[in-house]
Amino acid sequence: MEKNNLNNSDYRFKIANREALIGVCLVLFNFIWWFTFAYGLGSKNPTEYSYIFGLPAWFFYSCVLGVVVMSILVYIVVKKFFVDVPFENEELKDK
Amino acid sequence: MNWQAALSLFGSVVIIFLIGLLASRSQKESKSFVQDYYLGGRSLGGFVLAMTMTATYGSASSFIGGPGVAYNEGLGWVLLSVTQVATGYFTLMILGKKFAIVTRKYNAVTLVDFLKERYQSKWVVLLSSISIVIFLFSAMAAQWIGGGRLIESLTGLSYTSALFIFVMTVLVYVTFGGFRAVTLTDAIQGSIMFIGTFVLLIAVIVAGGGIPSIIADLQAENPNLITPFGADGTLTPAYVSSYWVLVGVGVVALPQIAVRAMSYKNTRAFHRALIIGTIVVGVIILNMHLIGVFARPILPGIEVGDRVMPLIALEVLPPWLAGIVLAAPLAAIMSTVDSLLLLVSSTIVKDVYINYIKPDATRKKVQQISMGVTAILGVIVFLMAVNPPDLIIWLNLFAIGGLEAAFIWPIIMGLYWEKGNKYGAISSMLVGIVSYSLFQLFYPEPFGMHAVVTSILLSLIAYVGFSKGMEKKVSIGSKLQ
Repeated sequence: MEKNNLNNSDYRFKIANREALIGVCLVLFNFIWWFTFAYGLGSKNPTEYSYIFGLPAWFFYSCVLGVVVMSILVYIVVKKFFVDVPFENEELKDK
Repeated sequence: MNWQAALSLFGSVVIIFLIGLLASRSQKESKSFVQDYYLGGRSLGGFVLAMTMTATYGSASSFIGGPGVAYNEGLGWVLLSVTQVATGYFTLMILGKKFAIVTRKYNAVTLVDFLKERYQSKWVVLLSSISIVIFLFSAMAAQWIGGGRLIESLTGLSYTSALFIFVMTVLVYVTFGGFRAVTLTDAIQGSIMFIGTFVLLIAVIVAGGGIPSIIADLQAENPNLITPFGADGTLTPAYVSSYWVLVGVGVVALPQIAVRAMSYKNTRAFHRALIIGTIVVGVIILNMHLIGVFARPILPGIEVGDRVMPLIALEVLPPWLAGIVLAAPLAAIMSTVDSLLLLVSSTIVKDVYINYIKPDATRKKVQQISMGVTAILGVIVFLMAVNPPDLIIWLNLFAIGGLEAAFIWPIIMGLYWEKGNKYGAISSMLVGIVSYSLFQLFYPEPFGMHAVVTSILLSLIAYVGFSKGMEKKVSIGSKLQ
């Protein structure tokens, strides 16, 4: 059953687990951003909408800015928190 | 027939196809045919990985069907579609390094390989192979139809001949090229899509007289088109949010995505793919669906949603440029089809034939059978697609939801929860598939959400319940051995 030992046998798994958790946090943040702007600003009567670059404000913040913000966040997270690990066994032995 | 558009469309496709062939040439020397043909020797770099993820997921539903629905529903459908942006980072981060490390330890080439080694159960293998073949078949038929429709609208050929041209191209290069050819051409296709959607979006905005005037036209026609609630106000927050599961986080469970998450070279490639993938998916999804909405005031009254993209491109661009830009969605569909074909064929050859029928088959024999099965599968799907249903998006989404309900917990819990065992996996697959099919047939929107949400919850309960309940049986069994 050694094969199925998914958490302790390998130092790389600690890193992998942490990065998966970061992924979950990012997606939760993304969802909250998306939902708050879309339904917070978009539930008014369309005649009362304000506009940014010609797009309704709810749409601009939720969708356009949302994509930009997520791209930047992913960039920062990957550069700051993600760690390189070796995949090949030979590389592992060198460690 | 529109010769200019047709020529540039087919020209672009031929160039892509030649690259596929060249890639298959360079593949001849390597050691394991199976590793190479189905995984590209685990050697994908960051850019190629990001692009192949994007192109695989950005299927007919996003590129032909999606903009068509956006045309009818307005900005609310764009809001729903951007939930797909999460796939750009979430799938890779969740499967991430763990999946890559574990599948290397197991020497797994397919998703089914991974499940087989993780759960050590014949039933898990058979059940997952069957669901892959059935659900991916319907997904593939949907893609075939999308490709045929696109060529039909652009060139004016009949649907059947358009479909025939499309299928022949796909079959030739997937049969001879294998995974590496597919992923390499994906990289080119992804780049065409990225640039193409920008060109088309700008041309549409210019043709519509600028964004403010397009939005004003939409509002004048039906104010609901610029709200988050859809043309007749039926897109509720709960329903739209449930797409976070269906096309967002649930995508981790799609076999064609999972197989890519084990095929990259090293973690540097993986990190680059995360960044590039998020940007590329975000831009393409947003642009594509905005094009669909903005097309409405310019070309009102298009009845078949699938034809919106080709028709608007022909309307606002010179024909030769329309051909090149439309090579983008065509390319997206082709690469989706390619990877689905490969996946179904690898399931049959690798997971069933080599595992249970002939474990000692020679390399040459495996090679012949792989190519043969791939080609035969393509022909069968072609026959299915000759008489297609009108809305490809439904077929496709049905298949995607079914796969997610079946695989999400066996994969994720299999990776992150040591106590998960084969009883949990089998029951969770059965509960997922059966409940999803029943919901789709009799009660498509439980709690106002897409059926996939409830099915995934039920299959989670089954997974945890049966893993826990059978814990004793498993530990006794392993002691006896």
